[in-house]
Amino acid sequence: MAGDAPLLDVRDLSVSFRSGGRDVPIIENVSFAVCEREILGIVGESGSGKSVTAMAIMRLIDDPGVTLRGSVRFRGQELTTLPQKAFRTIRGREIAMIFQDPMTAFTPVYTVGWQIDEAIRVHERLSKAEARARTVRLLGDMGVPDPERTANRYPHQLSGGLRQRAMIAMALSCNPALLIADEPTTALDVTVQAQILDLLRNLRTDYGSAVMLITHDMGVVAETCDHVMVLYSGRVAERGPAAAIFSQPAHPYTAALLDSIPPLTGPRPTRLPSIAGAPPAPLERPPGCAFAPRCHYAHAACDILPPLVRCAEQEVACVLPGEGKALPPRMTERVEA
Amino acid sequence: MLKSLLQRLGQTVFVLFGISVMVFLVFFATPGADPTARIAGKNASPATIAKVRQEYGFDRPLPVQYATMMKKLFITQDLTSYANRGEKVVPEIIKAAPVTLSLATGGAVIWVVVSILMGTVAAAFRGTWVDRTLMAIGLVGVSIPVFWLGQVANLITQARYHDTWLFSWVPPLGYVPFSESPVGWFKALLISWCTLSVLFIGVYARVLRSDLVTVSGEDFMRTARAKGLSPSRVLLVHGLRTSMITFVSLFGMDFAQLIGGGALLTEVVFGLQGVGRLTYQALSSLDLPFIMASVMYSAVFVVLANALVDVVYLFLDPRVRDGR
Ligand SMILES: Nc1ncnc2c1ncn2[C@@H]1O[C@H](COP(=O)(O)OP(=O)(O)OP(=O)(O)O)[C@@H](O)[C@H]1O
Ligand code: SF4
Ligand SMILES: [Mg+2]
Repeated sequence: MAGDAPLLDVRDLSVSFRSGGRDVPIIENVSFAVCEREILGIVGESGSGKSVTAMAIMRLIDDPGVTLRGSVRFRGQELTTLPQKAFRTIRGREIAMIFQDPMTAFTPVYTVGWQIDEAIRVHERLSKAEARARTVRLLGDMGVPDPERTANRYPHQLSGGLRQRAMIAMALSCNPALLIADEPTTALDVTVQAQILDLLRNLRTDYGSAVMLITHDMGVVAETCDHVMVLYSGRVAERGPAAAIFSQPAHPYTAALLDSIPPLTGPRPTRLPSIAGAPPAPLERPPGCAFAPRCHYAHAACDILPPLVRCAEQEVACVLPGEGKALPPRMTERVEA
Repeated sequence: MLKSLLQRLGQTVFVLFGISVMVFLVFFATPGADPTARIAGKNASPATIAKVRQEYGFDRPLPVQYATMMKKLFITQDLTSYANRGEKVVPEIIKAAPVTLSLATGGAVIWVVVSILMGTVAAAFRGTWVDRTLMAIGLVGVSIPVFWLGQVANLITQARYHDTWLFSWVPPLGYVPFSESPVGWFKALLISWCTLSVLFIGVYARVLRSDLVTVSGEDFMRTARAKGLSPSRVLLVHGLRTSMITFVSLFGMDFAQLIGGGALLTEVVFGLQGVGRLTYQALSSLDLPFIMASVMYSAVFVVLANALVDVVYLFLDPRVRDGR
């Protein structure tokens, strides 16, 4: 395959749930790609559809009222039409996933090591002892102290940070090409959070895995990702290389998100600027730009859904660049001040 | 683990002591009522009354009375029923215990196996006609009164169709000790086991199903699916195993309750001289030593059965093991 063909290619993915007799669109026409060894950050406020996107790619939504449209190609193979049985050889082996809350993500009645062994043995013909040896090695790689003993402990006996490390070890157990991490650090305290992010950042060199990092924290993206996709109310607001987006956001929503990153150095402001209002509920989403009710620049042209257009290095769903009124570059000094 | 076990043992002993004191106080230290006369029975001669008073030490302080009573109940086991011409009551209860234990255990095996099957299959096919049919059957099971079901079962197996090949093996009502003939024991109890288990199958299958459905929304089930496990493995190894924790705690209460005499109706319908029936007889004859003994022993059975289930629970749930 061509070297730069994306590992994961998502085109026009839409997910809707049936509720109260009508289809509620949760995400609409989301497209993005993840290349080998790349870290893509998916950012958005709570409810913007980040988890639904991830679950849809993994086909883990088992709600009977769900409708999935669009295409998800993994190494050129279409996943949306793959039979569940065939999909199981991809899940956990080619694409692995870790979740937000490490407290509840392990089955409480089995030891952590047992659960990692299980993940290995479902995909590879290994003896129990061989699987356990790999489990211990993985736990060690993830910086778990005394991995042999830790493997024999139950989830409730481990701290949140250790559990998330064990979770990542489990996700990496079959050397997946893509790791989907759904808010892996949200439930952890700040120092542990930095360690886990470090771990994720090193995966591409240590394991050759690409990472799809879901978060609502632009600060996390800044520290970790190569590319960024900003979701707003189930639609792509902006996507492109992280560096470009951080230096010159093209969507007012991205700009507002960036303004709300707490500075890494210097005195912390007592109150961070936050975006007034809340994103619209899926059913109340306006036909035009969903951000319009909260946007300072909203005007008549925004009543028609703006398509994704190229603007500098990124693509943005906003009418401003087309009108020649692109947002000014960000004054990064303000963050550092 | 060992610590938790010992802790549980200590608790059991303490609870047993507490219950015995309470039962004793209720029967023998109720102000204004002289237990002597009640033990001796109606129209007892003064000689009998004097004998009873001396035997139980009713002229001595309460702790001594308590000790005497416990000794007569559990050590010498010579508590005597005066109302019933000097019959020893404790051996009577000891004889009834295996009957009830057999009845409850056999019934429990059936109801546990069948309800796990029903609940799991219903959860696996949730929302389909399989689910609805199984749950409807469960609901019917819950609604049938045990004594009616027992009577119908008797009518069919003992009378109406007894001479057909299907039920000719059914022995007459009553109990056959296991030590005498294991096969006879099994045959004698099978119909009563099935009858007893119907209600519980209904309850347990429904509880397990809803538990499995709840559990399937848990994060760890999603993790299990994300690992690439098959749906059946996710359901059985992760879902069912976790749901067993609730299942067993429910089971503990019901089983203990049956052992302590809760199977009265089944025992009566099938002519089994078990603990429930004995307690009922004691209560209706107003025979104080008899009541005292059956209440005490029932309590002991309940507490022991509960302790046993708790130990199983300890094995099932690592969180409890750590005393969390
Ligand atoms: N099974 C479902 N049925 C109906 N609606 C759902 C279902 N799952 C999610 N939703 C809706 O989809 C929307 C997006 O949810 P999602 O979990 O993807 O948000 P998110 O971006 O991950 O937010 P968070 O940061 O809180 O995790 C929410 O409005 C939610 O109510
Ligand atoms: S399209 Fe209009 S409302 Fe939407 S972000 Fe751009 S300027 Fe604001
Ligand atoms: Mg989420």
